[in-house]
Amino acid sequence: MLDERSKHLRRLVIQMIRVGRRGHIGPAMSLIELLRVLYDSFLRSDPSNPRWEQRDVFILSKGHGCLAQFALLADKGYFPHEVLDTFCSPTSILGGHPEFGKVPGVEASTGALGHGICIGVGMALAIKIKKQDRRVAVVLGDGEINEGSVWESAMSASKHNLSNLTVFIDYNKLQSYGATSEVLDLEPLADKWRSFGFSVAEIDGHDVDALQKLTAQLPLDSNKPTAVICHTVKGKGIAEAEHNPKWHHKSNISEQEIENMLGQLA
Amino acid sequence: MRKTSLNCIHELANRDERVVFIGSDLGAGVLDEMKNQHPDRFYMEGVSEQHIIGMAAGMAMQGFVPYVNTIATFLTRRCFEQVAIDLCLHNLPVRLVANGGGVVYAPLGPTHLAVEDIAILRTLPNMTIIAPCDADEMGRVMTASLDIEGPVYIRLAKGGDEIVSDPSRGFEIGKAIVMRDSSDGMFMTTGVMTQLALQACAELEKDGINCGVMHHHTIKPLDGRSLEELIPSVNAVVTVEEHTRIGGLGSAVLEYCNDNIAEQSAKIVRLGLPDRFVEQYGSQNSLLANLGISVETLVETMKLKLDAVKSDVS
Repeated sequence: MLDERSKHLRRLVIQMIRVGRRGHIGPAMSLIELLRVLYDSFLRSDPSNPRWEQRDVFILSKGHGCLAQFALLADKGYFPHEVLDTFCSPTSILGGHPEFGKVPGVEASTGALGHGICIGVGMALAIKIKKQDRRVAVVLGDGEINEGSVWESAMSASKHNLSNLTVFIDYNKLQSYGATSEVLDLEPLADKWRSFGFSVAEIDGHDVDALQKLTAQLPLDSNKPTAVICHTVKGKGIAEAEHNPKWHHKSNISEQEIENMLGQLA
Repeated sequence: MRKTSLNCIHELANRDERVVFIGSDLGAGVLDEMKNQHPDRFYMEGVSEQHIIGMAAGMAMQGFVPYVNTIATFLTRRCFEQVAIDLCLHNLPVRLVANGGGVVYAPLGPTHLAVEDIAILRTLPNMTIIAPCDADEMGRVMTASLDIEGPVYIRLAKGGDEIVSDPSRGFEIGKAIVMRDSSDGMFMTTGVMTQLALQACAELEKDGINCGVMHHHTIKPLDGRSLEELIPSVNAVVTVEEHTRIGGLGSAVLEYCNDNIAEQSAKIVRLGLPDRFVEQYGSQNSLLANLGISVETLVETMKLKLDAVKSDVS
């Protein structure tokens, strides 16, 4: 069961969909609890000063999950809630993928997959060189890790012992076309990350308490980067979207569908 | 030229803590002294160009100025999306130091020939593209590169190229240099085609034809003001580049003229590589000659164009 805060954040996602009539709903809904925990209790940040020099860095490498990030950023006060009502309009700061320089709190423009983790490794390495006590959190999609650049980056992260880097894999088991097990099987996923030099944890990505406890323990190894495999449900909270690849990206969403989704999140 | 560029990176690192070096899988011993002196700012990251560009972007986002060095084709073809998005969209101060611009790696075949690198990168907003003509100019490029706001592509030649640049002519990123003046025929060149054009001028002079050379070390941003001043004052312009005729210096000059001094466009002839993959090996010079770029073809092309222009006038 989703608690009121999880429902509230999902309603913010629907608020944007109501304006844009389109969006990556499934990939956003699987992320809500993870991002909620990261923004609520893990990332050291100052919404009134997004470029605060001592902040932790968050990169949504699966940029198409940005509806979830925008909901959290509005909720935390990075920008007013009213901005959500401009989603995908011509002059909005909020589009279908997050853009650095437009959206306060967005550290890198992502959307093309397999980029955010490489940038995250560079940032974590730079932070280490500067001997700063700051952390980098990168969220990867499961389909995203089809990209070879992800694994180039993973080798580099472990080579440099980037214990200040944690990658969270949103393992909802569905990519755009269908099941990850059928499109390009990722298993054995935990073993893959271990073999690339990461400490690995697996967790229910919708269990807020478990996510809080785990993130409080990071890094799992003081000499290694961490990979947290979050087992999630694509479209979580919207019955017709759950486990349904057709909800990876939806357009021409009707008012009736909006009302139906909001009804489920009341 | 490559040695100069690498030594310059070390010198820049000595005086500026923002400078880091990232190589892919370069030759043994490259920049050992820098590695020993600045171990936390020297990285050899393996054959992983896509990652390296992203990593350099991440370091630049945290205040560093990364100099990334590997073979030109791998910096342009392999990781175009990373260069476009991670570097250009974010407008980050990452410098791409590209070995083997043009057909330097002639014996290694088409996988290693960077003959379309300029065309690829010219399409990207925020990118600066530089091709110095000799090691001395490379030194000036590297010094100037430190404080350019956005990404920079620095195209290296083979090395050991004749020194023809002269600091007394000045050096400024984005400002073309007239290496030899003329009011008749002007070669417009980049990289080591400048030396070839100067040789062609010497040959033309034997026939009583006085031609000049305008060296565009910076291809983007192109020095449009100099084009507007110079082109109307000469009878013919021959652009010369070690690059496909599609999308390089010649295209940039023609595009600029078409946009700004359209009536001058007919004066311009473009010399460059044909639109086909290179099929031979040999040396850089033998390959260039086979592909239609030599002192002889420069001389012939200039003579034909000057004759054509003058017969039109008469």
